Amino acid sequence: MSATGGTSDVFARCRADGRGALVGYLPAGFPTVDGSVDLINAMVDGGCDLIEVGVPYSDPVMDGPTIQAAAETALRNGVRLRDLFSVVERVSAAGGSAVVMTYFNPVLRYGVDAFARDLASAGGLGVITPDLIPDEADEWLAASTEHGLDRIFLVAPSSTEERIASTVAACTGFVYATSIMGVTGARDSVADVAPEIVARTRPHTSLPIGVGLGVRSAAQAEQVASFADAVIVGSAFVTAATDRGPDGVRDLAADLAGGVRAAGARTPA
Amino acid sequence: MAATTGAKPSDGVANRSGHEPDERGHFGRYGGRFVPEALVAALDELTAAYEKARHDDEFLNELDRLHRDYTGRPSPLTDAPKLGAHAGGARILLKREDLNHTGSHKINNVLGQALLTKRMGKKRVIAETGAGQHGVATATACALLDLECIVYMGEVDTARQALNVARMRLLGATVVPVKTGSRTLKDAINEALRDWVTNVDSTHYLLGTVAGPHPFPVMVRDFHRIIGLEAREQVLERTGALPDAVVACVGGGSNAIGIFHAFIDDPAVRLIGFEPGGDGVETGRHGATLAEGSPGALHGAMSYLLQDEDGQTSESYSISAGLDYPGVGPEHALLKDIGRAEYQPVTDAEAMEAFALLSRTEGIIPAIESAHAIAGAVRLGRELGPDATILVNLSGRGDKDVDTAAKWFGMVEAEESTAVADGTAVAEGGQA
Repeated sequence: MSATGGTSDVFARCRADGRGALVGYLPAGFPTVDGSVDLINAMVDGGCDLIEVGVPYSDPVMDGPTIQAAAETALRNGVRLRDLFSVVERVSAAGGSAVVMTYFNPVLRYGVDAFARDLASAGGLGVITPDLIPDEADEWLAASTEHGLDRIFLVAPSSTEERIASTVAACTGFVYATSIMGVTGARDSVADVAPEIVARTRPHTSLPIGVGLGVRSAAQAEQVASFADAVIVGSAFVTAATDRGPDGVRDLAADLAGGVRAAGARTPA
Repeated sequence: MAATTGAKPSDGVANRSGHEPDERGHFGRYGGRFVPEALVAALDELTAAYEKARHDDEFLNELDRLHRDYTGRPSPLTDAPKLGAHAGGARILLKREDLNHTGSHKINNVLGQALLTKRMGKKRVIAETGAGQHGVATATACALLDLECIVYMGEVDTARQALNVARMRLLGATVVPVKTGSRTLKDAINEALRDWVTNVDSTHYLLGTVAGPHPFPVMVRDFHRIIGLEAREQVLERTGALPDAVVACVGGGSNAIGIFHAFIDDPAVRLIGFEPGGDGVETGRHGATLAEGSPGALHGAMSYLLQDEDGQTSESYSISAGLDYPGVGPEHALLKDIGRAEYQPVTDAEAMEAFALLSRTEGIIPAIESAHAIAGAVRLGRELGPDATILVNLSGRGDKDVDTAAKWFGMVEAEESTAVADGTAVAEGGQA
């Protein structure tokens, strides 16, 4: 994957294919460093277009019990931040496209510019920052520009129009819309507010909009893909990995990819 | 010796201190908002509500009335000559926040935020608590003002502060033991933040210290400024001069900032915060965030924190649940960097010795948190000598710590652990 193209290449391919993108999340080092590479490669095999490689963190305030437990497992098994770069490198070398999802303190501690530099050289395409808002991101804006990484900030149902506008203006690659007010975790139904936040975001940007939080089934993926450009799935992959390992992850990815394809292409606004 | 202080709680709220953060809540490089976007609207709403309330006589008068008639302010200033005799003969003055309703300084902030909650039209309050003092104060204010109250408390802390868990439940609060991570204050804050992200429309997060995202550090500080405003007048009236030093314990840092703030512009007055040294900072088992930590972002703000080289939060340790926290408020981080305040560790053993000493010499059983400040004052008095005057914020009372103390001093059988009031046993422990 070309680092200069960022994630836009991924979205362009999906669009050419007449469909939305499937984005799958798993933490680096879960359950072990090698184990996480196998799981992520299985996610790519199953049909994930883009991978979010999570950084296990001691205080994940945006995560529900499933991802909290996965992060604890990874940390207990000794994952280090430097392992993130090797996971991204191995996934990229195997043909996957990866962005990183991380709370900000590990980036701060590593050094914002050094983190961007090392992630870019590992083949990473960008970073999703769940607890960093553009207001506090001067150093990250500079480093991501310098090293050609996409910076994916979040918009939420509670965001005002003004904040949606300023947040998407700071984004490159795509925009992450949280579909509900809450933490990560699989849910039975797609919240009513999900189409609404996408519709409110759309007029402010030409970037693709991905929707995350709560998706776990092909039917939900199809529903989300009908109004968003990407379907982002996290906790359900962690559960599949825990229950059935790489086979479980591959099967879930294939199932979700079927849902995304069933939705077809979103009609351009 | 009637308390003749003229300072009112609303003075700390209505009048700018001269030490304000920038409009986004930065104290130098510290503070700000390192939070999910989902919370920004609520933080903006809170900032606006607080700004409006600061200029609203109805709010300010209600705050003053509650603190006078309900909290019992002003809190007295007590001379502690017998403690001073153990502190190089220094004159030690105790600011008696332990005598406030609910037994600590926490009520200063809680009543302010609970009134704001009503003004924002929210009906549900969540809070974190370590020792349980903030949880008890919050449960109290919620009972008074008819608000639903949920308190998150680490499972380790629910065990070591069982009395306060019972108090909160008696007051009608729901106490949720938090079983993740280190199962202490840090994890209680994580869980409260998760609740808030989910229920932000209906819920106010009544944060209990001067940490967290803007506007909490400045707002909570303002509600506690009354401690220093009163104490400064009281010390001047009592001694005719400013103290040589003002000392307080520091976990998140709310009682310390509350008493320090009135003295920041008095350069001759040393400001010293005593952090939990646990088993000794050299053991790694401590909570001395400012003395031993490094800058980073945790729980919504940039400040000092205890972390490893990957930026993972380190687990703190202290015998004091209220100080057992790997972060600290951002204004303290700035005061440290600019050299206006000093921060030193006090070990569990030093704090417990001071706990016994104050009990025996002055008949005042301090909270173990506050005992860190007493230990620091004794150390400082020995350094400064008999001419020194040291103002100590006695931030809380020790009723909740009787079990812990009884076990520490090994002076009672487990089944009669409530017999800690036996002064002989305490005295023996104090000399151990």
